[in-house]
Amino acid sequence: MTKHTLSVLVENKPGILARVAGLFARRGFNIDSLAVGETEHPEVSRMTIVVNAEESPLEQVTKQLNKLVHVLKIVELDPTVAVQRELLLVKVRADRPVRSQVLETVNLFRARVVDVAPDTLTIEATGTADKLDALLRDLEPYGIKEMVQSGMVAIGRGSRSITTGPALRAA
Amino acid sequence: MTRPTPETLAHRAPSPAMLAAAANAATSAAPPAPAKVSGAVSLVKSLEALGVEVMFGIPGGTILPAYDPIYDSSVRHILVRHEQGAGHAATGYAQATGKVGVCIATSGPGATNLVTAIADAYMDSVPIVAITGQVSRPAIGTDAFQEADIQGITLPITKHNYLVTTADEIPRVLAEAFHLASTGRPGPVLVDIPKDVQQAQTTFSWPPTLELPGYRPTLHPHGKQIREAARLMSSARRPVLYVGGGVLKAEATDSLRKLAELTGIPVVTTLMARGAFPDSHPQHLGMPGMHGTVAAVYALQKADLLVALGARFDDRVTGKLDSFAPDAAIVHADIDPAEIGKNRTADVPIVGDARHVIDELIQAVSAERAAGRTGDRTDWWAQLDDLRKRYPLGWDDPTDGTLSPQYVIKRLGEIAGPDAVYVAGVGQHQMWASQFISYEKPHTWLNSGGAGTMGYAVPAAMGAKVGKPDTTVWAIDGDGCFQMTNQELATCALESIPIKVAIINNGNLGMVRQWQTLFYGERYSNTDLGTHKHRIPDFVKLAEALGCIGLRCESAADVDKTIQAAMEINDAPVVIDFVVGKDAMVWPMVAAGTSNDEIMFARDMRPSFDDDDL
Repeated sequence: MTKHTLSVLVENKPGILARVAGLFARRGFNIDSLAVGETEHPEVSRMTIVVNAEESPLEQVTKQLNKLVHVLKIVELDPTVAVQRELLLVKVRADRPVRSQVLETVNLFRARVVDVAPDTLTIEATGTADKLDALLRDLEPYGIKEMVQSGMVAIGRGSRSITTGPALRAA
Repeated sequence: MTRPTPETLAHRAPSPAMLAAAANAATSAAPPAPAKVSGAVSLVKSLEALGVEVMFGIPGGTILPAYDPIYDSSVRHILVRHEQGAGHAATGYAQATGKVGVCIATSGPGATNLVTAIADAYMDSVPIVAITGQVSRPAIGTDAFQEADIQGITLPITKHNYLVTTADEIPRVLAEAFHLASTGRPGPVLVDIPKDVQQAQTTFSWPPTLELPGYRPTLHPHGKQIREAARLMSSARRPVLYVGGGVLKAEATDSLRKLAELTGIPVVTTLMARGAFPDSHPQHLGMPGMHGTVAAVYALQKADLLVALGARFDDRVTGKLDSFAPDAAIVHADIDPAEIGKNRTADVPIVGDARHVIDELIQAVSAERAAGRTGDRTDWWAQLDDLRKRYPLGWDDPTDGTLSPQYVIKRLGEIAGPDAVYVAGVGQHQMWASQFISYEKPHTWLNSGGAGTMGYAVPAAMGAKVGKPDTTVWAIDGDGCFQMTNQELATCALESIPIKVAIINNGNLGMVRQWQTLFYGERYSNTDLGTHKHRIPDFVKLAEALGCIGLRCESAADVDKTIQAAMEINDAPVVIDFVVGKDAMVWPMVAAGTSNDEIMFARDMRPSFDDDDL
């Protein structure tokens, strides 16, 4: 099985998340990651969905998604020509003796410290899943007290846009 | 930001919603000032504007505001006895007439009682609109009295559903619901309206503007795919037209006949497509699948080309999928792109409305023929004709002297004739009704194919009779099915809906019993209903108690005169209790999960395909 990234443009209507998520569940798919937000068109939301699936069941679920009345457009993003980002917030144990080493790691990964307490640092980082995994591996020895990760968002490289087209103009 | 107007949506098939809107727009030069009304009045006015003739329902707390204007409306309301009956009646009405069926219920249990009928309509792609009351907006989510999240519950069994949040959107939502239900691949749409929204003040103006930017069904097939399909159809040596219910939904039966006769290709019609091609036509091999004819099953298995038209390669047709039609190239035409390639990979996928697809195939095939390309099917027809001769549909009369159910059904079809509408329940009687009645015309065979809903027949027949009051409508039901929904006979009696019901009463859940006979060592666990042994209920007395005329028939000699007696009664519903033998079985049969090659013509009897020289 391979990971696929779907960008799903939907009408910003109540219940649309339940419709989309329910469809994946009914067809036996596990959603690895899901992020939803507004687009440049306020009545259109964009979902970035990462699923682990074979090609042909994925095609079936994509077709079923397309049948949802509030779904406007579905594009599978090729990771080699797309920018993919996740956001990580992590609270790391960092008392005096190790604090400078933790800060060195933060700098190395171009992450940021967003909160400081006497014995912990809260770090914000964005990047691909791989980069965030690497950061977490480096921080782990100091002791991770708590962490939270966003779903992945992704956008195609180059000047082309997937949010133009007849369906979206109509919305 | 622009919204699609009915005009910009004109490339779609006009739905009743759009036609009504257009008619309204045409008759009123200057639109009248919007009238100030309640949400409930707006709902009823919308239904009137949409051309709704009839709705089936039961009032209750949260839908009460709507029932007040219904009292004065031109839309006929038929008060049913159970909401499931309302749902199936809407389905039967829609299947018999091609129009959108409407059912209406209150919140909570009223709405959940519709669920089976909605699921049934979803599986068979029937256009119905279900309207439900909901608790008032401030009470939603508080576990209020008679609250159920019917929008959430019906999410996976509707084409689309709505929770109306303001009274102003009622006309638009209703117009969209009818448009969605009846266009593209048809299906059920539910509209849930909170009580306070029905009571709120709003304005009513018609036609509303539909806001469905994400809904664009493809009606016209791709020319290249059509030409490729025509090329295959003109060169194949063993082709079959595999016809599904989509051909009936698209009203494409005349076109289908033209295509079949032009190409000389054999036709099979699935359970949902019975009547789409005349049974008497020499090119018709009958129904394929689990209880299909030997010739139809064999034709699919040995074909080198299947042209699937509005069919979905359902497991009841294909049997074990990986051994289905192993040598066939597949042309798959359907209006729903998600059906294409779902179960079987298509070599030539065609997305489009069946009528457009077939009409364009006729042109493309004609061009192939003009260029001198026609496949030679002499050998193919010789094989199929031989099989038809050797393995016709039939039955052995019971040796214990009991009445043969197949005989009853065959005579019923012969006496009532090809203009009557036949509505079956689910089980053995359904399969026999599909096998032994000759369907010559579209929309004369109604049944619950996909969901297999026992209890479908009586309420669906009621709906069909309301839609076609001048047509004889026969429900053919089992004694098990009949006991699930017969309360609607009271509705039929009181509302002057004189349907006729033939109960094929074998005292048992017959199809389950057949499987117990064949696969569970004749251990009959919980299939004896006692309708024979104890005559509980006595169906004649039950019919009479429900305001119908009850007749009973227990011998072959009485079959014709009992059916004729029923045919002569037109002022009341009639129920005939046909007491038949319990051991009759449905043959041929492909056991579940096995290959179609393993079809049994009768118990312990396999047709000899393998010797055939192909």
